[in-house]
Amino acid sequence: MTAVTDHRHWQRFSPAQRLGRFATYLALVAAFVLSLRTVEVIPEFLYDAPEQVMDLLNRLWPPDLAYAPTVQQALVETLHIAMLGTLLSIVMAVPVALLAARTITPSKGLNWLAKLVLVSSRSVNSLVWALLFVAVFGPGALAGVLAIAFRSVGFVGKLLSEALEETARGPVEALRAAGAPWLSIMTKGYWPQVQPAFWSIALFRWDINVRESAVLGLVGAGGIGLVLNSAMDLFQWDRVATALLAIFAVVVLAEVLVTHVRKRLL
Amino acid sequence: MTGRVAFRPNWAARAGWLLLAVYVVYAAQILDLTWARFIVGLDQGGRFLGRLFPPEFQRWELLVDGLTESLQIAVIASALGILISLPVGLLAARNLMPWWVSTPARAFIALCRSFHPILVAIVFVKAIGFGALAGILALVVASVGFVAKLFAEAIEEISMKQVEAVRATGASFANVVTMGVLPQVLARFIGFSTYQLDSNLRNSTMVGIVGGGGIGGTLFAAFQRFDYGFLCAILIAIIALIMVGELVAARLRATFQ
Amino acid sequence: MPDGTMVGRADTAARSGGGPQDHPLVIRNLTKSYGAGRPLVLKGISLAFEARGVVAIIGPSGTGKSTLIRCINRLVEPTSGEILFKGRDVARAGRRELRHVRRRIGMVFQEYNLVERLSVMENVLCGRLGYVPAWRAWLRRYPQADVDKAFDLLDMVGLSDFVHQRADSLSGGQRQRVGIARAVMQDPDLLLADEPTSSLDPKTSVEIMELLREVADRRAIPVLINIHDVTLARRFATRVVGMSEGAVVYDGPPEGLGDDHLRTIYGGEDWLS
Repeated sequence: MTAVTDHRHWQRFSPAQRLGRFATYLALVAAFVLSLRTVEVIPEFLYDAPEQVMDLLNRLWPPDLAYAPTVQQALVETLHIAMLGTLLSIVMAVPVALLAARTITPSKGLNWLAKLVLVSSRSVNSLVWALLFVAVFGPGALAGVLAIAFRSVGFVGKLLSEALEETARGPVEALRAAGAPWLSIMTKGYWPQVQPAFWSIALFRWDINVRESAVLGLVGAGGIGLVLNSAMDLFQWDRVATALLAIFAVVVLAEVLVTHVRKRLL
Repeated sequence: MTGRVAFRPNWAARAGWLLLAVYVVYAAQILDLTWARFIVGLDQGGRFLGRLFPPEFQRWELLVDGLTESLQIAVIASALGILISLPVGLLAARNLMPWWVSTPARAFIALCRSFHPILVAIVFVKAIGFGALAGILALVVASVGFVAKLFAEAIEEISMKQVEAVRATGASFANVVTMGVLPQVLARFIGFSTYQLDSNLRNSTMVGIVGGGGIGGTLFAAFQRFDYGFLCAILIAIIALIMVGELVAARLRATFQ
Repeated sequence: MPDGTMVGRADTAARSGGGPQDHPLVIRNLTKSYGAGRPLVLKGISLAFEARGVVAIIGPSGTGKSTLIRCINRLVEPTSGEILFKGRDVARAGRRELRHVRRRIGMVFQEYNLVERLSVMENVLCGRLGYVPAWRAWLRRYPQADVDKAFDLLDMVGLSDFVHQRADSLSGGQRQRVGIARAVMQDPDLLLADEPTSSLDPKTSVEIMELLREVADRRAIPVLINIHDVTLARRFATRVVGMSEGAVVYDGPPEGLGDDHLRTIYGGEDWLS
């Protein structure tokens, strides 16, 4: 009599998981196909494209280097906007991060509220923030700084609150047991632990903000975006090229700086 | 016994903080950020908030159209971007490819990253006209710049021992990649991809401002018409959409890991 | 000759309510359960601790030893009962009073619980955080008297050469010494130790226990040590409290701790030598 062999199956995922994964694949593909069919693409524009691109490239080159001083001044303004905006966002983000961290603020209501503030800050684009602030404070760097700050609070606050939640509880417990007041527990228990993460987050956001600040001027919030915008309005493409080159150079420099500081600090 | 020093003063840190304080004062001056302007602005801000609220949803069809288009732009751009990032990231990994392959690949990725999606969108609008396609292409470029870069870095961080083990079995290059490299980096690749999907959703709401399709256009139009009630409705809708997007992205991550 | 009565002393002391000078710490009917309807982890503990001596609390894991220790300085909230520390009921103290009580109670932890990125000196000075205003601590401007005391304590525990080193560069035994120095910095009236030797090798464990006994003698304060190593308990304690399933089943001198007591506490025969 033959024994019934038990075929041992090696499966990476349980049947329920496989079904879940398959369903997700299906949903993703369906979303893609659906989107493709309903998006409007005007074919004439598409055929025109290579010509247009060549035309654009021709007009961009050579860049108008005589325009450099104006560009340089605007660039410096952009950097200031990025820097001040990042600093302001950090100042605003710290209290919100403290409220959002479950291990520091036990009230679930406050946690949720703080997280809502952070999500809203992140969901609205810096460009849209800039529009809003230009409407309130008028065009110029003030609107730019506030736009950068309000957009970055969500980013910095979220990462900071996650870093706070990941700190070791032991040392904090020891300080509580020694009768330390809340403020001392923060400065001696939490701050030393989140310090590396804090600087890393600040640096990361500054890097992104340099890029963001460059385009805010397109809606009037100061910096090199303004220069870009006026040049484009007047179809002075060679000046546009100068501005773009300057932006590129600054972004590259910022990256180099950040990598360098990262290595030294962390 | 007295006078033993408990802490060595950290002069570098103190200098750093001082420099920072001086810089803030200096920069604020240069940008003409005076307290007076701020106070005036607060007053304006109050009035502005008054005009924003209550949000007006009468033109909700326009709103839904715009949101749907933004969603589609985000989905397509993410799919294409992720698809392209896979081979490009692979080509850019210095531990898998010779330098004459990886260097141009890395340069390409750096180029994609350097320009803000808005600027790229402007170029595409000029090249192929207004509409969703320009927005999609702009976000594809942004996606490649992000996902391919992180993917290449993840590949460079893997343990080569596993790869060598697979190579030693005489496997073809494709198999080495699938069995030696991918298992180690797939989880992180999925993480980057879901992050980029989320990021594209945010950006897709913005490319419309320069003509790249989606709700950005509707938003800008409302702004220029001073239709602030509608503007507020659009903003709320965008925030809601992005919150849903974050949840979906988190779900995706959980399912695939 | 002590007969090692199973419980008796504690009740008498608690009932007679000897003044805070004789018994700085008195626990009455302490119960603890982690949530309504869940089993009691501490089942009505009553103990009185004298002003001097090393008390070892022994028992298997999960029997409530750690919960008991942590209820004393209210790191864990008691469900009911009284914890009288120098006449004040810790269980009912408000926030401010609780801080004042806690700064008079030093605690040493199993995982040392030092702030890794701070220096040894800064960690020891953390013991004064209950006394020093927050801004002083932040700017590191501690009173010179505190600084001198910190140096002296580091001498006492043998870590003078490590004063400015980061805490995470030290070995386990060294870290525990810093932990003890930090606790003593508080100038405490009571020292608690929650499994101080469980993460250390046998030789270092003995060194740490010797240090704790030295602190008990020199400062004339009671030291409560939560420990699961019975040999160490026997060697260093002047009184042993054995717990089993949330209740005290032995309370007496270490000499009186016989095999039958250990069997009641720990159950099983195999591990008895």
